[in-house]
Parts: sequence; structure tokens; C-alpha cells
Amino acid sequence: MQGRSWFRMVSLIIGFAFLYIPIVSLIVYSFNASKLVTVWGGFSTKWYGELLRNEQILGAAWLSLRVAALSATLAVILGTLAGMVLARFGPFKGRTLFSGLTTAPLVMPEVITGLSLLLLFVTMEQLIGWPAGRGMTTIIIAHVTFTMAFVTVIVQSRLVQMDESLEEAALDLGARPWKVFFLVTLPIIFPALLSGWLLAFTLSLDDLVITSFVAGPGSSTLPMVIFSKVRLGVSPDINALATILVVVVAIGVAIAGIMMTRQQRARDRDAQMALAANQQMIESLKKN
Amino acid sequence: MNWLRRWFPSGRTVVTSVPYLWLLLFFLIPFVIVLKISFSQSAIAMPPYEPLWQWASGKMLEIRVNLGNFAFLVEDNLYWRSYLNSILVAGVSTLGCLLIGYPMAYAMARSSPSTRNILLLLAVLPFFTSFLLRVYAWIGLLKNNGLVNNALMAMGVIDQPIQMLQTDFAVYIGMVYSYLPFMILPLYSNLEKMDLTLLEAAADLGSRPWESFLKVTLPLSLPGIIAGCLLVFIPAVGEFVIPSLLGDPGMLMIGKVLWTEFFNNRDWPVASAVAIALLLFLVLPIMYLDRAQNQAGEDGERK
Repeated sequence: MQGRSWFRMVSLIIGFAFLYIPIVSLIVYSFNASKLVTVWGGFSTKWYGELLRNEQILGAAWLSLRVAALSATLAVILGTLAGMVLARFGPFKGRTLFSGLTTAPLVMPEVITGLSLLLLFVTMEQLIGWPAGRGMTTIIIAHVTFTMAFVTVIVQSRLVQMDESLEEAALDLGARPWKVFFLVTLPIIFPALLSGWLLAFTLSLDDLVITSFVAGPGSSTLPMVIFSKVRLGVSPDINALATILVVVVAIGVAIAGIMMTRQQRARDRDAQMALAANQQMIESLKKN
Repeated sequence: MNWLRRWFPSGRTVVTSVPYLWLLLFFLIPFVIVLKISFSQSAIAMPPYEPLWQWASGKMLEIRVNLGNFAFLVEDNLYWRSYLNSILVAGVSTLGCLLIGYPMAYAMARSSPSTRNILLLLAVLPFFTSFLLRVYAWIGLLKNNGLVNNALMAMGVIDQPIQMLQTDFAVYIGMVYSYLPFMILPLYSNLEKMDLTLLEAAADLGSRPWESFLKVTLPLSLPGIIAGCLLVFIPAVGEFVIPSLLGDPGMLMIGKVLWTEFFNNRDWPVASAVAIALLLFLVLPIMYLDRAQNQAGEDGERK
């Protein structure tokens, strides 16, 4: 066993080093005073100042944040519905197609999704005049379409794990299905919705390829601006931007993680207490 | 009230049809349009293609199907080579993800439950940070005066920098790096659920650790391996960002070809034909993935 635990340690260390060295290097170089990104010229925060004065980046970031918040919210609503359908509704006519339609966007190469959505928008504009031109609306529709697939997977797997007898009990006690959903199911799967929202938000904030196809001339998102800058070479203010994003995301994920662990612990405690109370009751009944 | 119920769709129908209609309209129908445009002629107009059918002189329906775009794909060996190269790059990257991801997922699944959650969070965290910026980070690491070359020179391993950026090597690194979480997650959830008493039984019957790994753990984790490989391979075939940032500008990848046809040459019909050809190649793996996921879901329900 000794040899095997050594092997496990090494594979974890190599794997995590591979995952984290690039991210750490971005953070370190963002504080580099030298303009030559990889030559250390002393500690400085000047690139952060430069970033905050760059109006093109700030405008793009503001657009990206609005798009991400809106599309993540819509994706969670649609993804939760789709997850419910797949996990609870059993077989129905067209289920195979439905399940395929929720899986395919997860893996579909982005160039295909982007091109096909753009051609749809162009055709729709010719036929019914909507959406007029391309911009924030078309970007949001595109992002909802590919991020809702991720939410669906998360919600579906949470619903499958969940104890269905709770819902059945509520139904037996006379609650209407929608009431059961809002009062029983939703609170239990809420952590899954939260992580689904976070994932959809970051995927939307990050998407370059699909967005480039469906964005109009005046609507450059942050990844589009970054991509056109990065193509010309490494630049220190992008490092500063990356650091800010990484820190914000790390804090968000950490908070979500802590919240979920706490909830899990509270639930375990409740379950244990209920069990103990049950035992006590049985004991006292036995005495009588 | 009964007449009311008959006229209004049931809650179940509404819940099903909202996401269903969304996906039909914004995911399935677009492919039909791509198919249609792949058969049309490109034109200098906005949108830059000619209609497939129109009312000629107001009376006759004129349909012009143009197979030229697909003939073009077959004739010009640029496209063939791009397809084959994309499949090769995606395949090698998938293998790389498996070689790094399997030991990691295995080690994570076999650690104590409290460490397990932290490790899982650590493995998913990069997935939540910008993909574009993580690929960009590798430019800083791999370029000629980048971190890797500087470190190797400082250690005296090499005298002058090795050209790593703009090579296939850099693309493989970037691919494995970006898609690794997609491999780790299904493998981890498979290995975590495994019944460890099976290994004890194997050990009791005199099997050595590596033997029980090969004969028990590995076969049982096959569904996880397949799911992980498909989750990496399918999107990797059409990857655009990684080869265009880290690879040689002349590197042939089908995602790059599609992008160039669309944005630089403004040839929408050829771009559509490229997309259709790529889609035809990917339909089978996608259907297989969907079936595998449904099976995993049903197994979970049975437990």
C-alpha cells in the first residue's frame, strides 16, 4: 500500500501543478514593472491603473457582465425545466430528441454552433424582421442556448440523486405539483441551481467563438477585445485583467463551496437528530 | 372546471414545451438553415449568398441546388488534410487528457472524504476561470524568452531557447490543459461510486494490487473513460482558439478553416458546407455520448 499512496501523491502534485502554474504565472507577471512581460523588472501595480483607464476594455467588460448575468439567469430557468423533464417525467413522445438536444450543445464545436445561430438570425431577420441587426439580444440568445445544456446536466443529476419520497409525501398530503416544486424540490436542489448559474455566468463571460459569429459591429464583448489584443502578443494589462477575473471567480466559487458544505452538514445533522428522536420514541414505546 | 382543464395545456406540457421549443428553434432549426445555405451559391451581397429558390418572373418556382461547395471540399486537398489533422490532434489530446486525468481522478476518489471535496473544488476551479486567458497564459510560458525556456536555460539543460510556441507541441499542451477537467469529472464520479469491497475480495483471493487494478478497477471504470474521452474529443475536433493562439499560423485545423472561410473570405456557403461535413462526422459520437449519459442516469435512479 505504501508504494501506491506515493504514486497517488505524485500524480496529484503533477496534475495540479500543470493546472495551476499558468494561472499563478499570470498573477505574478501582472505585478511586473517591466513591459517585457517575462523579464522581471520589480513590483508594480501600474498595469492595473492602465487597465482602469482603458475605456475599450471597460466598455467591453460592462457589456460582457450584463450579457453573462442575463443569459445565466435565463439558462438556469430553462435548464431547470429541462432537468425536471429528463429526471422526473419519464418516457414521453419525443424524449429521445429532447435528450439529444440537451446533450449536443455541451460538446458541439463552437464554430458550428456560432455559424448556425448566425445563419438563423439572418434568415429570421429576412422573414419576420426580428432580430433587427445583431447585438446584445442575439448574443444573449446564443449564450442561453449553449449554457442551458450545462445547467440541465447539473440539475438533472441532482434531481436523480434526490430522495423522491419527499416529493411523493408532499403530493400525498395534498399539495399541488407546482407547490411541491417550489416548497420541496427547489429548496433541496438550490445549491445545484447556484452552481449552474455560476457555471453559465463564467461560460458566457468567457465565450469568444460563438459570440464573434453572432455579435454585431458595435457589440464587442470582453473576450473579443482580449483576443484581438492577444493575437498581437502578450501584454501586461491583460495579465492584470486576468488576475482580477481569477480572484473574483476564486472568491465566488469558494463562497459557493463553503455554503454548500454548510448546508450539507446541516442536513446531515438534521437527519441524525431525526433518527435519534425516532430511536428515543421507539425506546420509550418499548418501555410502556 | 373540467372544460377549462381540457382547453388549457397541462402543467407538464408547459414545463416540457418551453425548453423544447427553445432548443428546437435555436439549436435544431439552425442546422437545417446551415444545410440549406451549404447548397447555395455565394454572392457579393448581404447576406452573401443567393437564395436557393425564388419565384422566377412571378409564376414559376425556380430551385437552384448547388453541389459545388461540397465538390470543392472533396477536390481541394486543403480540406481533407485539415479534417484528418483535426482528428489526429483531437485524438492525441484526448489520450493526453486520459493519461494525466485518470491517475488524478483515481487519487482523488481514493482520498479521505474531506480531502476529496477540496481536491474536487481545486480540479474544477480552473474550469470556472477564463478559458481564453488560460490559453493566453501558455504564450507567456512557452515563448522563446518565456518561463519554461528561461528555467531550462538557468538549469543548464539547454544553451539556447527551444522554439515551442507556434508548434504542434504547444497546441497539444494547450488542448490537454483546457480539456482536462472534462476528463477528470466523469472519471472521478465513476471511480468514487466504485464498490471497494470488490478490491478487497480480489486481494483476499491473492490478486496483486496492479492485477486487481487491471482486472477490476479499469474494466469497471470503462463508462467513465468513454464519457470523458467523448467529452474531450468531440469539441476538440472543431477547436479554433487554441491552434490560432498557440499553433503555427499554417497549422491545418478544420475549426480554423471554417473561421477563415466565414470571416476572411466571407464565403458563407463554403463555411456552411465545412460545418455540415464536420457535423456528419460528429453525429455518431454525440449520439453515443447521449446514450451513455442516459444509461448513467438510469443506473443512478435504480440505486
